Amino acid sequence: MASLTLNKIVKRFGSLQVISDVDLSVEKGEFVVFVGPSGCGKSTLLRMIAGLEAISGGELRIGSEVMNDVAPAQRGIAMVFQSYALYPHMSVRKNMAFALETAGLPKPEVEARVNKAAAILQIQNLLDRKPKQLSGGQRQRVAIGRAIVRDPQIFLFDEPLSNLDAELRVQMRVEIAKLHRELGATMIYVTHDQVEAMTMADKIVVLRLGKVEQIGAPLDLYNNPANQFVAGFIGSPKMNFLDATLLSSDETGSVVSLAGQSLRIPRGLAAVHEGRVQLGIRPEHAMLSSGDIALGQMEIVLVEHLGGNTLLYGKLSDGQTLTVQVEDQARLGMGDTVQIFANAARCHLFTGDGRAFAAV
Amino acid sequence: MVGAAVQRQRAGRFVAMREGYGFLLPWFAGFFGLTLGPALFSLYLSFTKYDLVSDPRWIGMANYVRIATADAKFSQAMHVTFTYVFLAVPLKLAFALSIAMILNKGLRGLPIYRALFYLPSLLGGSVAIAILWREVFSADGLFNQVLAVFGIKGIGWVTTPETALYTLVLLTIWQFGSSMIIFLAGLRQIPQDMYEAASIDGASPRRQFFKITLPLLTPVIFFNAIVQTIDAFKAFTPSFIISEGTGGPVNSTLFYTLYLFQEAFAYFRMGYASALAWVLVMIIGSFTAVSFFMSRYWVHYDE
Repeated sequence: MASLTLNKIVKRFGSLQVISDVDLSVEKGEFVVFVGPSGCGKSTLLRMIAGLEAISGGELRIGSEVMNDVAPAQRGIAMVFQSYALYPHMSVRKNMAFALETAGLPKPEVEARVNKAAAILQIQNLLDRKPKQLSGGQRQRVAIGRAIVRDPQIFLFDEPLSNLDAELRVQMRVEIAKLHRELGATMIYVTHDQVEAMTMADKIVVLRLGKVEQIGAPLDLYNNPANQFVAGFIGSPKMNFLDATLLSSDETGSVVSLAGQSLRIPRGLAAVHEGRVQLGIRPEHAMLSSGDIALGQMEIVLVEHLGGNTLLYGKLSDGQTLTVQVEDQARLGMGDTVQIFANAARCHLFTGDGRAFAAV
Repeated sequence: MVGAAVQRQRAGRFVAMREGYGFLLPWFAGFFGLTLGPALFSLYLSFTKYDLVSDPRWIGMANYVRIATADAKFSQAMHVTFTYVFLAVPLKLAFALSIAMILNKGLRGLPIYRALFYLPSLLGGSVAIAILWREVFSADGLFNQVLAVFGIKGIGWVTTPETALYTLVLLTIWQFGSSMIIFLAGLRQIPQDMYEAASIDGASPRRQFFKITLPLLTPVIFFNAIVQTIDAFKAFTPSFIISEGTGGPVNSTLFYTLYLFQEAFAYFRMGYASALAWVLVMIIGSFTAVSFFMSRYWVHYDE
């Protein structure tokens, strides 16, 4: 188990810069998730930590050692690949033992470590099978087992659940989280799925276009997104963004005008800002009654009944679209109109270029 | 109504089938007229004495008995052919794999190199190249001229019994192109993340080659080995040209097919030559069968 520090890490492919000045520190035993849309550089960053991609600039430390030019095998990391990358011609036992045999460990110790990892993952009965005789979930376990036997300082996971079906994904998510608690290991986990990020992470790193957008605990990101991108990326269904006009803003809050109504939001900006802003309201924070601000009337265009809750897609009086999530089963249909309310404290404001107003 | 519809359907199907067989006809004619027919006829001839002039005379197993017991030239041809097969095939495959591995390193201008390396395979089987080869390895040929630069006096490589066969082996290895292309395709099939996983597992390039590349390439190695072995058993042109049809010097390049050719078209012993041909079929057949049987112990098929 070790800490990890990235200091101004850069990755270039020719003249194309895909990772720009990433700073990050990961504490011992922490579970960090890199999340972002595809092409954001999260896998590249992970592969740079693993040593599979050269680092073009900056410094990578594992523990106190600079690891920029150290071979992957000497970094004390283990990696679980999206494709699992199990050796197809070797039995599960051989797959798991491969690194240990390569390192020249004595046979009894190899045996003992493989058996111990197999017991942790409950795959003892699969040890003599070949990967092709395993289901997706079982292969996933073997891939994790192959990482565990090496007793690494840091575990790296590259979208490990994306090849599994939805049910298995949830199950493995829970198991990886449990494994993290049991092993107390430092883990870095890449995913494009914000639900995985929210549920598993101690700390989330949101990436876009090779830059870090925000680093923080899951609920910090949810409650206080640093910008409109993070606000839109974290949370499901996605946050609503409504065009509004900023009337005034000071340290006690801001007043915006939306569809002819003035709304006071307890968020402010240090710098003076005027004109167009985006009012952000999560679907689960918009309500059909009893909020302290009123957004006016919404005409329902589509209703999705999910059983436990209902999603209403509609248009405000000024034509802007809005998604509202209401608890339980709402007896509403297309063409109905409803009044929309919200709690001002749960609303967000963003400048035209996407920066968030700070909570006051 | 229903009956008529069914009848129409049947008629349609018949027409479709007739058309289908129509298209197959040229192939059938070729297969039965030019391949299967002559093959079966040669099987019959192998039990006869036949000199092309008089009618074939049934002599039972006599040809086969002679092959098995009283033909020193047959033994010599077998010896030459097996030596050739067991030298040329492994060396050629090893060479093809090495070049494929180099080309697989992501070289710039790969298509050009690939074409250049493939070129000898297009030319190598030809008569012209065999003649060229004879000149290169003759006493005053190019090879000896190069040796002379280093002060070594060479021999007539194709005219010395001890070395003649090895020049033919060399000619075969030089035609590594088709095996190389197949190896290259096979190498491309191995997922990159296997090597990434192996490098994280600490495996050196050497260990990666023996533990990842070779095992995952075994289906391709197997295929290449079978194809090249069959080819090598049937090799004819190089020895025919280089020895000028004699299999010399001192029968040192007397390939099985060349011996068969001599029996058939120099001595007009068609019956005996047919028997030789069927013995070769049996040799190749059993070799292939054994190879397939053994393959389950060393060839790894994925998924």
